[in-house]
Amino acid sequence: MIAEFPPGLLLIGGAVLVPFLKGNLRSAYSLILPLLGILQLTTFEPGSFGAMAAFGFEQTHVRIDKLSLLFGYIFYIAAVLGVLFAWHNDDALEKSTALVYVGAAIGATFAGDLITLFFYWELAAIAAVFLIWAARTDRSFRAGFRCLLIYMVSGVLLLSGAAMYANATGSVAFNNIGLESPGGIFILLAFGIKCAFPLLHNWLQDGYPEASVTGTVFLSAFTTKLAVYALARGFAGTEVLIWIGVAMTAFPIFYAVIENDLRRVLAYSLNNQLGFMVAGVGIGSALAINGAVSHAFAHIIYKALLFMTMGAVLFRTGTAKGSELGGLYKTMPWTTGFCIVGGASISAFPLFSGFVTKSMILTAVAEEGYVIPFLVLLFASAGVFHHSGIKIPFFAFFAHDSGKRPKEAPFNMLLAMGLAAFLCIAIGVYPQPLYALLPFPVDYAPYTTTHVVTTLQLLVFSGLAFAVLQRTGLYPPELRSTVLDFDFSYRWLAPRIIGWIMALGGRAWTAMTGGVLLLLNGLIARIFRTHGPHGILARTWPTGSMALWAAALLALSLAFYFQ
Amino acid sequence: MNGLITSLLAYLSAHLPALQVVVPLVAAPLCLLAGRAGLAWIIAFTASVAATAIAATLAYLTFHNGVIHYDMGGWAPPWGIEYVVDTANAFILLLVSAIATVVLAFSPASIAKEIRPGSQHLFYCMFILCLTGLLGITVTGDAFNVFVFLEISSLSSYALIALGGQRKALTAAFQYLVMGTIGATFFLIGVGLLYMMTGTLNMADMQARIPALQDSRPVLAAFAFITVGLALKAALFPLHLWLPNAYAYAPSAVSAFLAATATKVSLYVLLRFTFTIFGAKFAFLDLPLHWALLAPAVIAMFAGSFTAIFQRDIKRMLAYSSIAQIGYITLAISLASSAGIAAALIHIFNHGLIKAALFCAMGCIFYRIGSTRIENMAGLGQQMPWTMTAIIIAGLSLLGVPLTAGFISKWYLVQATLQADLWWLVLLIALSSMLALVYVWRLVETMYFKDPPPGREAAGEAPLSMLLPTLLLAGANIYFGLDTRLPVSMAESAAALLLRGQLP
Repeated sequence: MIAEFPPGLLLIGGAVLVPFLKGNLRSAYSLILPLLGILQLTTFEPGSFGAMAAFGFEQTHVRIDKLSLLFGYIFYIAAVLGVLFAWHNDDALEKSTALVYVGAAIGATFAGDLITLFFYWELAAIAAVFLIWAARTDRSFRAGFRCLLIYMVSGVLLLSGAAMYANATGSVAFNNIGLESPGGIFILLAFGIKCAFPLLHNWLQDGYPEASVTGTVFLSAFTTKLAVYALARGFAGTEVLIWIGVAMTAFPIFYAVIENDLRRVLAYSLNNQLGFMVAGVGIGSALAINGAVSHAFAHIIYKALLFMTMGAVLFRTGTAKGSELGGLYKTMPWTTGFCIVGGASISAFPLFSGFVTKSMILTAVAEEGYVIPFLVLLFASAGVFHHSGIKIPFFAFFAHDSGKRPKEAPFNMLLAMGLAAFLCIAIGVYPQPLYALLPFPVDYAPYTTTHVVTTLQLLVFSGLAFAVLQRTGLYPPELRSTVLDFDFSYRWLAPRIIGWIMALGGRAWTAMTGGVLLLLNGLIARIFRTHGPHGILARTWPTGSMALWAAALLALSLAFYFQ
Repeated sequence: MNGLITSLLAYLSAHLPALQVVVPLVAAPLCLLAGRAGLAWIIAFTASVAATAIAATLAYLTFHNGVIHYDMGGWAPPWGIEYVVDTANAFILLLVSAIATVVLAFSPASIAKEIRPGSQHLFYCMFILCLTGLLGITVTGDAFNVFVFLEISSLSSYALIALGGQRKALTAAFQYLVMGTIGATFFLIGVGLLYMMTGTLNMADMQARIPALQDSRPVLAAFAFITVGLALKAALFPLHLWLPNAYAYAPSAVSAFLAATATKVSLYVLLRFTFTIFGAKFAFLDLPLHWALLAPAVIAMFAGSFTAIFQRDIKRMLAYSSIAQIGYITLAISLASSAGIAAALIHIFNHGLIKAALFCAMGCIFYRIGSTRIENMAGLGQQMPWTMTAIIIAGLSLLGVPLTAGFISKWYLVQATLQADLWWLVLLIALSSMLALVYVWRLVETMYFKDPPPGREAAGEAPLSMLLPTLLLAGANIYFGLDTRLPVSMAESAAALLLRGQLP
């Protein structure tokens, strides 16, 4: 019986009971649901069930193939990690919305048609917003609202696109859509908003860091990766995605480097990592798709790990600002270690999970002969190491001593982080089980000399750049000691160039978003003048002029009808 | 004895179309004679329940057995007045009488708070008279009879609005009186011109005679007068100016009833005149009614929503939102396809449910805090959780979120628009729906996330007699979002009937 039950509904239905439980029982219950879900996935055979007809179209509630199964597994794993990490937090609202959120993301993953996808898509959006609100701060409330507006635009675009697609093709099946099909552009934009395409990305850096310590861990795993899944399903091989992906990897780096709030740094680097996946989807070859989805798989784990470590720091010290932290390794050794593992994974160090997945994407880009994208992706890889691999652990746990002596993170957090760190290393050392899950057969060896050497070169030079910036005081907090010493010749040249690029990139970015904001504000002011309480459209009119309108309209219709 | 009951039932069922109007009509003077609020309520409520039962029976009969013709007083048409019930008006009858019943159930506590004791029985008298008028407009098959019932419903609604607590209610009612009278007069002039040309007042008879007279000026003038007059009664942009004040200053129960039914009945008459009497070919192919409806509809969708965003009185905000929603309905009508008419009727039904629920919830809030201004509602979410639930459900339905009735409306509207190949309209519909999100959200934000203003006492829930009808209406928004058989099958059958295959 369990085999024929829609996997998403298991969690969504289960969430109803959460408010009625308390304490450990509630947390245990929340843990059992995703574990049951994993159990259910192991019984799934490729195929589909839950066919129904509504709105005059054939719908497939659950469609199982390798792509949806892979995302199903990783979503459940992320849910397990998230629930463990949040064990101590006895908040009914956050626990139940987290379950609904996970369930909706999983339901959307298995949706075989666009209408079912839309239902789960909207549910996931609403649940995500409630998860942000669960922090119950004024800032989180405002950020959540902004997210809600943007998610709704995405939902409307998806629905309009689906309606056009269905009208033209007579089918709502969710397979490869492509840009050429009617409504394709709308659906792509809908996915793009959730995937934080450049200029559509602001909700991510805005909303995620405002959620609670535990909420962010959930958020980081689902919405954007669901969008990656949807892109891989609907728009594999759409060339424009390569360029979008490339832009996504490059731009956030400038921001991540100058940002002080370390959770926001992670949000920027999340955006950058998505760029690799989007570029992979855009290439569309078997290797590239494999790379994109496996990177999503690995990324969910190490990104959750990084957010968990920063969450633990925030939980213990009350701040995640780089300038106020430092020297925490003395009292939080475990968290420090896990953070370094997460940093190594995101930076794609050999023997860590990011390496075995990201190199597939890079190889695929090179194989298809995209030179510029390849170079930008390489640059971005260096940048990732720079801000996530070094900056995060360095500022939080080392750097200059902030004098803070917090306790080590609670046991449940350490357990969740340890589990995630274990998975990061396990995938990096022994990637074959992950490769076996991928949608296409894998004929790829990550540990060749070229791969390893290229990566190491990149990482070393990136480390060097960090050291340069440290030494010359380009980083916001003043620092006397640095980790690395380096050759004198870089002291003069490197900071100038990097500083110049950073300033230019940052300025261009601000100008773009600022321009859009300015336009919007002008528009709103104009609307307020006409529609606001004293505007012409909202005033109480004298009866005489109302009657005049009626007469004018009558005259107009008479004139039209008589001609 | 059994034989007597059977023959009585047979007699009653033969006269159902007449009873639909007669029952509330007789109840009105009885309410006046009762003199006391409690007794008057019992009479009005009983009559309203009976009217709902009759409407449900008529809907069932017409859906399964086809059109019912009834000769008033035994006079055969076209000399006598004929009542004609088909799925189109049976659907509206059901909506109007059901909403009236729920709102009447909601009324006693709300009215006790908002209207001074001496005139409460007058409220019930006017309310049931207004119901009579609305049902009469819908059920009759005689053009002049429509005017008579239009006046009955209008006059009683002016009085109902004037019962509102603030002095502004009087000016609002007066403005509505002037504008409503202009609208009704335009309509009457149109009917008069038609009578002059065709020599008949029976709708079916007119329908048969108009094609021969299509190009004559009086018929064209009649069409102009009738469409503008009805657009005024239906509050179609830019003839909506009377509506915001009327809904904002009327007693809560009146706002709920009128917002859900009054403009909808005028839209039904518009449908009946354009499609049945004048014919779709005349209105949409010979004359530019498509653009005459579409352009104001699109403006209404945006202007209404934008204005709603900036309102501080929530009842007024809901009134502006109604103007935008009427825009969606007229947009659907302007498509002049069977999908479009069905979408219009479905939205008439669903929007009635949405607005009734929202205005009833405002009534609950007014009952407790004596205001519906947004700044006074801060922090009410925790104090009135059930009212808040109703507002959220109805608000989601207004936005068209899946699993609510509003989604069904939007879905059929978008489908109808796409069938007409007007994809740019789909975008406009989607964009204006975003605006609804803004004003609904503003309300939710204030009630949930802001602290109560200092000095306001902690408010509890409204009494159950108000809360239960409100929740029932909110529940209906979910029910009809899941089980769409009733509105969709009725609306599709009605659309086929109205269009009669006149247009491709």
